[in-house]
Amino acid sequence: MSDPHDAAEFQKHVKKYLFVFYALIVGTVATVAASWAHIDSVALTVTIALFIACVKGFLVAGYFMHLMSEKKMIYGILIATAFFFAGLMYLTVLSMQPSSLIHMK
Amino acid sequence: MDIPYVTTPREDTGLFNAKLGIWLFLASEVMLFGALFSSYILLRVGAAPGAWPHGLLNIPLGMTNTIVLICSSITVVMAWASLKMKNFAHFKVYQAITLLCALTFVGIKSYEYHDKFTHYEIQLKDGKVVDGHILETKEDEYVVHGRYVDPEEQAKVTHAWQERAIPESEISVKKADVKYMENYGPWHSTYMAIYFTLTGLHALHVIGGALVIGFLWGPGSGMWKTDPERYTNRIEVSGLFWHFVDLVWIFLFPVLYLL
Amino acid sequence: MSTQAISHALPHAGADDAHHGELSFWHKYVFSTDHKVIGIQYGITALLFLQFGFFLMMMMRWSIAYPGKPLPIMGHVLERVLGDVAAGGVISPALYNSFGAMHGTIMVFLGIVPLAFAAFGNFVVPLQIGAPDMAFPRINMASYQAYVVGGTIMLVSFFIPGGAAQAGWTSYSPLATSLNTNGQTFWIIAMVFLITSSLLGAVNFLATIIQLRAPGMTWMRLPFFVWSQFVTGFLLLLAFPPLEAAAIMQLMDKVAHTSFFLPTGLSINGGAHISGGGSPLLWQHLFWFLGHPEVYVLILPAMGIVCEIIANNTRKPIWGYKSLVYSALTIGFLSFIVWAHHMYMTGMGTKISTFFQTTTMIISIPSVIILTCLFLSLWGGSIRFNTPMLFSLAFLPMFGIGGLTGLPLGFNFSDLHLHDTYYVIAHFHYVVAPGTIFALFAGVYYWFPKMTGRMMSEFWGKVHFVGSLIFMNAIFQPMFAQGMAGMLRRMADGGANYSAASVPGAIGGLSPMIMHFNQTISIAAWCLGLAQIPFIINFFWSIKHGKPAGSDNPWHSTTLEWQTPTPPPHGNFTKPLIVHRGPYEYSVPGRDKDFTPQNEA
Repeated sequence: MSDPHDAAEFQKHVKKYLFVFYALIVGTVATVAASWAHIDSVALTVTIALFIACVKGFLVAGYFMHLMSEKKMIYGILIATAFFFAGLMYLTVLSMQPSSLIHMK
Repeated sequence: MDIPYVTTPREDTGLFNAKLGIWLFLASEVMLFGALFSSYILLRVGAAPGAWPHGLLNIPLGMTNTIVLICSSITVVMAWASLKMKNFAHFKVYQAITLLCALTFVGIKSYEYHDKFTHYEIQLKDGKVVDGHILETKEDEYVVHGRYVDPEEQAKVTHAWQERAIPESEISVKKADVKYMENYGPWHSTYMAIYFTLTGLHALHVIGGALVIGFLWGPGSGMWKTDPERYTNRIEVSGLFWHFVDLVWIFLFPVLYLL
Repeated sequence: MSTQAISHALPHAGADDAHHGELSFWHKYVFSTDHKVIGIQYGITALLFLQFGFFLMMMMRWSIAYPGKPLPIMGHVLERVLGDVAAGGVISPALYNSFGAMHGTIMVFLGIVPLAFAAFGNFVVPLQIGAPDMAFPRINMASYQAYVVGGTIMLVSFFIPGGAAQAGWTSYSPLATSLNTNGQTFWIIAMVFLITSSLLGAVNFLATIIQLRAPGMTWMRLPFFVWSQFVTGFLLLLAFPPLEAAAIMQLMDKVAHTSFFLPTGLSINGGAHISGGGSPLLWQHLFWFLGHPEVYVLILPAMGIVCEIIANNTRKPIWGYKSLVYSALTIGFLSFIVWAHHMYMTGMGTKISTFFQTTTMIISIPSVIILTCLFLSLWGGSIRFNTPMLFSLAFLPMFGIGGLTGLPLGFNFSDLHLHDTYYVIAHFHYVVAPGTIFALFAGVYYWFPKMTGRMMSEFWGKVHFVGSLIFMNAIFQPMFAQGMAGMLRRMADGGANYSAASVPGAIGGLSPMIMHFNQTISIAAWCLGLAQIPFIINFFWSIKHGKPAGSDNPWHSTTLEWQTPTPPPHGNFTKPLIVHRGPYEYSVPGRDKDFTPQNEA
């Protein structure tokens, strides 16, 4: 946003956007293809799917949403949010597990 | 006194007001969808073995929708870039494509919802279960394109690709034999419930975002003449929201369709 | 620069204003985007809701003290309006439950949060940071309107068939979903509007505080009230959405017959077909993920108000400003990871329980630090005992009692006995009623002259104070004993059946003395209601007939809201201002005045 309104400067950004676009398409195809492969382990399937999704997510957030060049204030807000989201997910799932792993001996 | 930093960024934060505002709002949206994703994990982990369905959703359609949204993401950022390069005509074209993509997405989603509302699970009085789409309703019977469900085999299904391998055929079911039938709406199972809730809320966000982008593209575009910087900022802010909507779908698609 | 005389003229509107010249009545007072008008709108609406919630409580106390007896006067009205649930003018258990659920909901979401955060925040924060308005004035107006819509839906729900929500302000599934009436559905829809209002408000506050501080107003020169609103904004922003998600899911359960929170095997309404597979605990986790930060939303603005008033009325700087700020930030952060201390009885494993107990104990530390700083600020002060100061002083020990009595609830082993008893009710009411509400009263008396140019009557203010202090303690102090004796919450007859069924003298029964407290508490509650009458009359009478404030800064305060004309014009500050010093420069040696405003060079 504080970038110069120089057309040439912007062409470089446009190149980046196009690269991200192609990467996203490749990622989509990859994730569907991975689901076609008969992987037995549920954990591995989930890991691969989430890994590809995270890569795509970082590309969208980093380049399309300009997070790579964004200011500290925004980063701070998002990191706090990520922490609380992780807390919500992790602690809730842990509290509802009937597994014996969560009882003190 | 005017409100400062509407277009020019504040020195110590480097941001103009609306950009900070939209990121704060997006943080709250992360928590909203995050809570729904957490609920998904909980419901799935807590489900009885074999009770969690797989392969109920049309993957090619889902993949198409993913690509549609990705296209709209690049057009929305190119629209903003065009404005930064002072090219209003290009901006108009790119945003028009964005809006078309939004329309396509919602259209495909509606088709998918319709597909699920016509997909029935029919419990027969003799204990058998027929699962499929009703092709034809005759006076005393249903013609179903589907299969008989074997509960034991069903309990062994843990992956989407296992379910896709099951063949389907045409089955005639007498209405008199039917004990109970239910279509695959949100009431059918917690999986359908979370699917409809997650994708429904997401679709509402797509529609909302499209309305804002559409307004700025059409009736609100006059500001380009009177205050181009502020207009460009509005396009950037609405674009950030749109990217977030795309981001949510990037996670929704594999989680709901592929896992 | 402080102006000399009270000025009422509007300065020339800036080029950015959508309007030039005089606004119509509707634009000025109803559809206003000016933060001061919106703040007052929020304030009056919230005070009305607080009063309504109070009426609900007064009727509930009748049912507790004299179960089965017709309610005097109001009994006839209830019977006429609500029909069977109030047959013979007696409050039935179903009606008691809906009064209870709505009392909690209205007090928390329609009363305290809008008053503490939105009303005071909207009016004071832009002035205290030297801004012309909030960052997004139209969103500000939208957030007020969403609040009114949500509140209206809540009120309307009393009059639909089946009445208002009955499953407590916590709306636990499966009870909330299985009740065959629409009251709960209205509750959920109203909550969605209220959550939207809060989210919009939070975005606005955070953006305003971050972006619109005047030149020279660095973070560590902010009045503590602004810091407390800042942290509160983050709590609302990040904690409310999971409840919104949960509300959507509970609405789906009710309307679309999903089973998000309904376990397999549950029979609803005589066997209506549900898929099962859901989890009631999921609702509790999502609710309390908001529920706990929510209580800090209730207390932080109050601490901010008390801090301002104590600094002003001791004529010396606040002790430990940095500690206050870091404590508020720590409370904000920790409040997100303590929520399951409301769920100790749900059978979580001991490891998770211990985690939440630990974080709960840790979070009490910054609260104590804040209270200690405020106490220490009194030492060596030149204390002026005006009405705002009396309420602020009383806040300190009252909140102290409330906070300390929370400790046995934070430990799993003691919570086993105290959970869902009157002890809990006493604890949280001590924190909110003689705690937060006292601070809010203090704020009203304190900022009244800035809003109106007149002072509220000191005499009636003191009458209000003494009455409120005595009767609030008379209500909630015995409840600790009742709770420890085992009296459970949400019993329409005040435990009469329970007490009658127990053997006299047996441990675990409710003794006649404990049961007698029901009546003393109820009488104290009605007297507390009477004690508010001087306040209400004082408030409205003083708008036109109160003693003129005499200056723009009658309290001789250092903070920026007092350096504007009274009432502040649209755009707030007539000249551009620069901040040169911290917020509490009182009695600085070597200066001729005992206070130095922040914008004085």
